[in-house]
Amino acid sequence: MTVLTLVELDGAEPADASLRAVTLARSLGDVNAVLFADAAPRDTLARYGVTDVFLIERSALEGYAPQAWARVLAGLAAETGATAVLAAGTDRGNEVLAHLGAITGLPMAANCTLVTPDGGKTHRLVRHRWAGLLLEDAVMEAPVALFTVATDSVASVSAATPAAIQVHVHKPELAEADLVVRAVESPAGAGGASLATARVVVGGGRGVGGPEGFAALEELAELLGGVVGVSRVVTSEGWRPHKQQVGQTGTKITPELYLACGISGAIQHIAGCAGAKHIIAINTDPGAPILAHADYAVVGDLHQIIPALVEALRAR
Amino acid sequence: MEILVCIKRVPTVGGKITVTPDGQEIDIRASGFSISPHEECAVEEAVQITERAGGSVSVLTLGPEAAIEQLRGALALGAHRAVLLETDGREFGPIATAAAIAAEVRARPYDLVLLGNEAADTGDYQVGVRLAHELGWPVATGIKNLSVSSEGVVARREYRGVEEAYSLPLPAVVTVKEGINLPRYPSLPGRLRAKRAAVDRSVPHWAAEGLRKEALRVPESSKHQAEVLGNGVDAVPGLVRVLEEMGVLS
Repeated sequence: MTVLTLVELDGAEPADASLRAVTLARSLGDVNAVLFADAAPRDTLARYGVTDVFLIERSALEGYAPQAWARVLAGLAAETGATAVLAAGTDRGNEVLAHLGAITGLPMAANCTLVTPDGGKTHRLVRHRWAGLLLEDAVMEAPVALFTVATDSVASVSAATPAAIQVHVHKPELAEADLVVRAVESPAGAGGASLATARVVVGGGRGVGGPEGFAALEELAELLGGVVGVSRVVTSEGWRPHKQQVGQTGTKITPELYLACGISGAIQHIAGCAGAKHIIAINTDPGAPILAHADYAVVGDLHQIIPALVEALRAR
Repeated sequence: MEILVCIKRVPTVGGKITVTPDGQEIDIRASGFSISPHEECAVEEAVQITERAGGSVSVLTLGPEAAIEQLRGALALGAHRAVLLETDGREFGPIATAAAIAAEVRARPYDLVLLGNEAADTGDYQVGVRLAHELGWPVATGIKNLSVSSEGVVARREYRGVEEAYSLPLPAVVTVKEGINLPRYPSLPGRLRAKRAAVDRSVPHWAAEGLRKEALRVPESSKHQAEVLGNGVDAVPGLVRVLEEMGVLS
């Protein structure tokens, strides 16, 4: 059985979220990866058990065009007889699979954490609701199962044995209508860009007290090779730009460490940081909800603790 | 510019989500209701566009009669007309929802339909896209900056450190995210006007979909109450040791 997986790149390598999707796909059949790029990260994909890569080069399709990407997936699904098509639950993954659902008239399940074939055209699945604060057990009946994989729940694990991978350059036929909506890309300003993939995130909430309080958090983040993320109240107050928001309506993060400073831990915020491997909270209130989601906590005023921590790290 | 904004009544969840014993709904005994922040921003964006360029804003919801509360909330912020696609308690899937909205869009000369990027509760991430395909209109999703002219819209978002700009001819569908604007608070005259406003009602067609909910549950957390390393700056040496153990210090 063939399972088609849209793989996004982060630089020249597969995006972490895509490797999580490939890991889930492997439990469903032979993974055929679809890449919109001029070169495939062949070794990494082989290590994750991908057997075939369909490469759509820039000469065939320049720029991100969601409906065109979905059209390519629809064509390849038919060609390969795929039983499922999946993507990472990123902005692009969810968007392209939504187009694919609309093109094919098939249901699409967003942000799944588990998918199990159940004979014939049936798949049983578990998916996020409320950005992962709830799980839904669901059944999908469809000739081709369409779904995206939650970016913060499924671990990426390489295959027991690497696959003998084959790369096919695919030249799709696209209609003008599929190319009407196409991104013109330009570099965005700094800040927030790497929040989703940062290894360390230093979080600031209401306890930071105001825009000027973030200088110390920035300094700490830089020392730890990380970035600053913030809670919703911080962006609603205009202390920091919205793109730094961690949470249900901001970015979902998956760092090794999330250091939550002066953040009480509303569940909409927990939805964004539950994918962190470790959470440490710094809070004046030992009863703050964030402590129920953290591994460690320091009780006290972040305005004293963070400068002291910065000093201790510099002294090392 | 004639704009339709689609909103959804969802429980306001605060400290904790719990599920009813039959696993079919979230327990709403203690909660109020609201619309998602993305949708609050969609309403605000539509009102701002018509304040600049003229035209009117209609606000639509598919839901129970009680969702009139959320329609009136949007009217109080400056929407001009409200439409309730009244359901009988059954959950509509994204395909049926998009079809029901498309029927309303076809009945009036809309230039632009705005939605939130995803509903807060079901998180299906697809109603806007399916609606656009039903109508044969272009669509951009996850938008955090929108500029509108008579020829079309330029919709921008950021992805992996890159700004993406989409030029869409009108009519079009755009789904927006929180951060595109800072929604205003309702004014007193707005609230009074909203109270008196008529709400157009119709009954949408429900259909079964290939994705069927069996049950909802609260995920088991891998975390339990944090180990407290200490109080104030005295805890810093212990904190540094923990960071070392985690391997985040280079």
